[in-house]
Amino acid sequence: MPQTTDVVDIDATIAYMADELRPFLPKNPLMIGIHTGGVWVAERLHKLLELTEPLGTLDISFYRDDFTRVGVNPTVKTSQLPVNIEDRHVILVDDVLQTGRTIRAGLNEIFDYGRPASVVLAVLLNRDGRELPIEAAIVGHHLRLKKNQHIKLFGPDPLKLEIQEAHT
Amino acid sequence: MRDDLQLDGQGRLRHLLTIEGLPRQTLLDILNTAESFISVGEREIKKVPLLRGKTVVNLFFESSTRTRTTFEIAGKRLSADVINLAVAQSSTTKGETVLDTIDNLEAMHTDLFVVRHAQSGAAHLIARHVPPHVHIINAGDGRHAHPTQALLDMFTIRRHKGAFENLRFAIVGDILHSRVARSQIHALTTLGAAEVRVIGPQTLLPTAIERLGVHPCTDLRAGLEDIDVIMMLRLQRERMTGALIPSEQEYFNLYGLTQDKLECAKPDAIVMHPGPMNRGLEIDSAVADGPQSVILPQVTYGIAVRMAIMALIMGGAETATARRPA
Repeated sequence: MPQTTDVVDIDATIAYMADELRPFLPKNPLMIGIHTGGVWVAERLHKLLELTEPLGTLDISFYRDDFTRVGVNPTVKTSQLPVNIEDRHVILVDDVLQTGRTIRAGLNEIFDYGRPASVVLAVLLNRDGRELPIEAAIVGHHLRLKKNQHIKLFGPDPLKLEIQEAHT
Repeated sequence: MRDDLQLDGQGRLRHLLTIEGLPRQTLLDILNTAESFISVGEREIKKVPLLRGKTVVNLFFESSTRTRTTFEIAGKRLSADVINLAVAQSSTTKGETVLDTIDNLEAMHTDLFVVRHAQSGAAHLIARHVPPHVHIINAGDGRHAHPTQALLDMFTIRRHKGAFENLRFAIVGDILHSRVARSQIHALTTLGAAEVRVIGPQTLLPTAIERLGVHPCTDLRAGLEDIDVIMMLRLQRERMTGALIPSEQEYFNLYGLTQDKLECAKPDAIVMHPGPMNRGLEIDSAVADGPQSVILPQVTYGIAVRMAIMALIMGGAETATARRPA
């Protein structure tokens, strides 16, 4: 049975992340959210930080490393980077960091649009289960979950976290 | 002919041979996936790594420029290795059978064959012959089917005119010899078109075409009334055996799409043509190059649609519910 978790106060966590990101503002950063949950978090951060340039969005479906096993999701969204990212400082936003594979795919896609000056990663939740050497600079909340537990962000309004347990 | 060769046990597309029998949702999945590939074609690096390490062979037993080129670009933009084989330069001219050609190419670890052949059913024959990990896309077989052309037409229509349920369609010209028309009819009826008319001289309309759920008509002006989308066909003189049209001039006078005939359709109707066009025969240059023509966008969309089809067909067969941790 999926259960909603109130361990994390999402609004307060995003406000905390925004504060942590403020030191980056002098670099005039460009914010990019990863579909779908990362875009919801990025939209809120974008507003809190009063960024003037439009938010970029990435759908990393075409860059996943499990394509030969699971194929393309037909509900794939369109990636939109409305601003040229060449030489820009990028804040990449996602909802949950677990294996690191989504971020690996996201970085690959970003580099197909151009060469950013730097990329920092900001995530709402950092959980165990890393499979790649990727860490977030800004973490809203650290969470330890059981191996068969899966956490998913639902939204866009209100944002809600649900923990699901897989029965193996 | 309902074709279970195309879908696996979970309803995933494994080969694309014909539109006939494919569920509406499969067609919509292809169109939706193609939308995302449009943006890949518009950016600096027009390439995604989905088919890295895969080998695609374009096997064309019949000549083609547009279809073969767009398949080649589609495969390359998906990072596959693409090999083009035209029959005139290959061993079939030395007597090798189609299936022997396939066996040999498959022994070189080909993952996907894009096949065009003058014989109806050639793609089916090959799909039945190859092992399960090899995929086939029909790029046109005889008079039978040209499913990727029909899908790119559907994509063009959806982009320019919206939902199929509210639209009336006219397919005009040489219906008899046209694999494009057959695939278009199946796609339009599956997607719920309000009405599909087929318009041409009696000699170029197949008998009992009504059974496909379309309305035949021999008068172009009358047939274009209330039409939203006009889908012109090429007059396939190379397939004609016998006197099917009195003369080219008379055909143009009666069935050539000119600006004044176009005015019989709705004022915002769009004009499509799968190419290659016979200007001054089935379509007047003023219409082909006019504001209502979407003939060149069709070609552009063809790349994204073929990328979507290749990606969906070549994707893994594990259950879609498999969890993907972030």
